[in-house]
Amino acid sequence: MNISDLLNHTSEWLKGTGPNSDIVISSRIRLARNLAKYPFPHWANKVQLEEVLLKASQAMTKTDMLKRSTLFRLADLDAIDKQFLIERHLMSIEHSQKTEQKAVLVDDEEIISVMINEEDHLRIQLMQSGFNLFESWNIINRLDDALSGLLNYAYLDDFGYLTACPTNTGTGMRGSVMLHLPALVMSRQIERVLAAIAKLSFTTRGLYGEGTQASGNFFQISNQVSLGHGENEIIENINGLIRQIIEQETQARQILLSKNREVLEDRVNRSLGILKSARIITSQETIELLSMVRLGSDLGMIKDIDRRTINELFITTQPAHLQKLENKKLSSDERDLKRAQLIRKKLNLL
Amino acid sequence: MLCDICKKNPATVHLTEIIDEQMNELHLCEDCARHKSAAMEQQFGLSELLAGMADFEKPDKVEENVAAKCPNCGLTYADFKKVGRLGCGECYNIFRKYLAPLLKRIHGSSQHVGKAPLEGRVISKPGKKKTDSEELKQQLQKAIQREDFEEAARLRDQIKKISSGQDNI
Repeated sequence: MNISDLLNHTSEWLKGTGPNSDIVISSRIRLARNLAKYPFPHWANKVQLEEVLLKASQAMTKTDMLKRSTLFRLADLDAIDKQFLIERHLMSIEHSQKTEQKAVLVDDEEIISVMINEEDHLRIQLMQSGFNLFESWNIINRLDDALSGLLNYAYLDDFGYLTACPTNTGTGMRGSVMLHLPALVMSRQIERVLAAIAKLSFTTRGLYGEGTQASGNFFQISNQVSLGHGENEIIENINGLIRQIIEQETQARQILLSKNREVLEDRVNRSLGILKSARIITSQETIELLSMVRLGSDLGMIKDIDRRTINELFITTQPAHLQKLENKKLSSDERDLKRAQLIRKKLNLL
Repeated sequence: MLCDICKKNPATVHLTEIIDEQMNELHLCEDCARHKSAAMEQQFGLSELLAGMADFEKPDKVEENVAAKCPNCGLTYADFKKVGRLGCGECYNIFRKYLAPLLKRIHGSSQHVGKAPLEGRVISKPGKKKTDSEELKQQLQKAIQREDFEEAARLRDQIKKISSGQDNI
């Protein structure tokens, strides 16, 4: 597989299926793992990192669950390809910088990805659409077991899995759920919800993880604590919180529908109208309008556009995706034109 | 999101200033955050934050801590305080004394209860039974928590006495 092949393919997490997929976009689990004795990436020299990369890729080649996957060395990728992988949530922004001895493995379904030599030697990620953390955990747990039989992980009985940053020590696990919460935002309840989340030692981030702001009413919620609780317990805690947020968003949607139906219908249809007819559009405006259209589709106000088409547009209108589709470098102005073109084509065809 | 100052690098430092009940949000890249104010630098790094937490337990042993070095990777405790990252898995053994309370402050616990690698391969078993001074340190922590500073001072002196004859790490 090469990077461009991914263009013709919908990432599993974008399919808009799975439990509660009207509110939950995707569920993601990542495990931080390191090889014993080798210095962590920030402290290792090139020779050591090269050895880690070799050992990790050999182990992954031997793992059945990764039979249909491709390893990309980041040094071989150009800036657009790297940005493309970030937009698809297959790797972090941090991983795209200082790329020597770094690699990312992506499975054909785009459910599993493994970053090698990011902050830790291995960052194993599993991402699916809908509210699915336990299922994701079961899969990644099996993969992790398989790899731990082939690689000598840095682990201590009392501290658990040892990671470069002490905030990940223990299970090395971060479970995240991406939520679409337009009604809580519109009814101005979101601040209250986010404050409660922070108090319970969970973190809220934007679409692209660490250091990004929430946009288009999307919020990524994940656990902060990784030590002292088992993986199942951590997931149960996240699930409990997410279930409450889903309930609040559902209620807020119902209230909007019963009290402000016309206003809501107006906003949804105006958003769709702009998307169907704009000639120039930025990615920020696109995300905001698509968020409204998605809400309209979830509430049955828009019948002829399915969730998957909307989800795909969130990603295919991102800068690197547009440039991959056009197969050339585009300036920001050119992208705004091409983006509007792509959206019109997709939405007016339906 | 790009840095509010240079508009070039991704903003990784998110600062909320509250001055006279006015909330002001700043999103900066690490470089600009550093340059913005040398005085504020210490607050920014996770490292300083972590190290600050670590120091809390033994305010008068900082000098000795920082020279301690991991024989496997060469990272000193001072390096850890600077970069906020450990050097390798062995560091957890070497700096165990300082990391246990630090992990407890971050996670509310310093005892892993999750899964283990399939092969059960461990780089080494955790330390032997608690020494007297470790026991005393736990008591010290508790005394500080309940703000019994007289007791805390007594325990601190006792720990000092015990550890003065011992190797630092």
